[in-house]
Amino acid sequence: MTAVVLIVLVVIAVYLVSVFNSLVRVRNEVDNSWRQIDVQLKRRHDLIPNLIEAVKGYMQFERDTLTQVVEARGRAIAAPDPASRLAAENQLTAGLGRLLAVMENYPQLKSDQNVMQLQEQLTTTENQIAFSRQAYNDAVLSLNNRIQIFPSNIIANNFGFKPAEYFKVAPEDQELPKVNLSLGAPRA
Amino acid sequence: MAEPHDSFWELERKNRRETALLVIVFMILFTALGCGLDFVFGNLRVIGGHLSGVPILTTIALIIGSIQSILSYFGGAALVLASVHAKPLLPDSPKQQIVLDVIGEMALAAKMPVPRAYIIDDVAPNAFATGRDPAHSVICVTRGLVDEMDREELQGVLGHEMAHVRDYDIRTMMMIAVLVGGIAMLADFVYRWAWFGGFGARDGSDRNQSGESGNAGALIAVAVFVLAALAPIFSQLLAMAISRQREYLADASSVEFTRNPRALLRALELIAQTESPLKRASRGVAHLFIVNPLEAVGDDREGFFADLFSTHPPLSKRIARLRALAGEDAPSNASSTAS
Repeated sequence: MTAVVLIVLVVIAVYLVSVFNSLVRVRNEVDNSWRQIDVQLKRRHDLIPNLIEAVKGYMQFERDTLTQVVEARGRAIAAPDPASRLAAENQLTAGLGRLLAVMENYPQLKSDQNVMQLQEQLTTTENQIAFSRQAYNDAVLSLNNRIQIFPSNIIANNFGFKPAEYFKVAPEDQELPKVNLSLGAPRA
Repeated sequence: MAEPHDSFWELERKNRRETALLVIVFMILFTALGCGLDFVFGNLRVIGGHLSGVPILTTIALIIGSIQSILSYFGGAALVLASVHAKPLLPDSPKQQIVLDVIGEMALAAKMPVPRAYIIDDVAPNAFATGRDPAHSVICVTRGLVDEMDREELQGVLGHEMAHVRDYDIRTMMMIAVLVGGIAMLADFVYRWAWFGGFGARDGSDRNQSGESGNAGALIAVAVFVLAALAPIFSQLLAMAISRQREYLADASSVEFTRNPRALLRALELIAQTESPLKRASRGVAHLFIVNPLEAVGDDREGFFADLFSTHPPLSKRIARLRALAGEDAPSNASSTAS
């Protein structure tokens, strides 16, 4: 009889440990994928001044678009808390999307190698942000599910696991053509 | 984890099993051919219902087979790349930089390390991935792919290749490429020498003391011929069967990464319009590519035999599946009108 009780207790203990471990694993995945996004957001911040400097001369008439980008970048860097930072980053994404789209109207830019290089670097960074955001949101979904679904929610609540925030895309960002930031490949 | 990862672990396990099976089948074929040669040359004899002699060639075949299996595991990617004359892809031009960037993006989307990039100097747009695991993976594109595809299409194609990397298809396909090539070479060798040896054994009565043994020798020689003739076809069929089903899966995974069915759809439609087959691709590596590099692409035969002898599902079927994912109906001028 005691043997049976012991076995049941061991099984329960093993189960609890495995649930706890998987919670920790998913939480680390959330943290790690956030760090990935962070790296790319910083890279974007570094690239923007160079791009603005390079296109300023050509794009006198797009002062609004340029200032929007510069200001959003400033707000994102100076943001005091994660929520306002996300908002600023989303505005920056939208502003950059517009800038890269508007740049298509300036054929002179295409002959400037420096501009083309910066544009490509920014485009791939934008895409990397988008793909990292997917990974991050997937991880958040997986963590939040565990925190809310029975029975793992019991362990999650007892050990203070907090649900994570999704990285939502700003509404205006979704209206932009998402992927087609290409150089407009010549098609025969 | 209860998410898409499950299916990907499943695929990886399946690939491990199939790679092991492949190596075993390869070793058996190799050893059987070596054993047959031993009989033909009289190293092995059946005397009074008992085997006698020293199976020298069987042993040699076994050793060569083992060495080749190990070499193809560690050096298969290099062999494949050399056979299609691929060179490292460098950021020399804006378009090449874009391809390198998109490879990085898709690696991120697939949560995989970034593969090394290679290029084949050929105008037919095509691509493949190879390597023994994701950490040692290689993605190879053609000049035509680099020049003709825009960013969205590149994402579709390279997402497809990253799916092969993630699911360990690259290892299975690489082993197939190298081992099938090895079997074809050995079979060719056996075919010639068995012919020579078979005649020698029948003519020279010094080798076969009794008539009964001579008959057995002749029978075995015939068996070796048949085996040598069938081995390449058999291994080719195996390669095709294993390769074909993976293409749909990789197409679906590509959409999972890009979250944009239009990307791969547009890429495949672009490929469907080009006619030139790849010059450097041989039968041994055809199954690696995203679309069959040997067939004229308009060739959309369907049916049992066409399916059996093809490394890829028909392009029109793959395009139709992607259209369904993108929520589009097939346009009236369907691409299946090409001859």
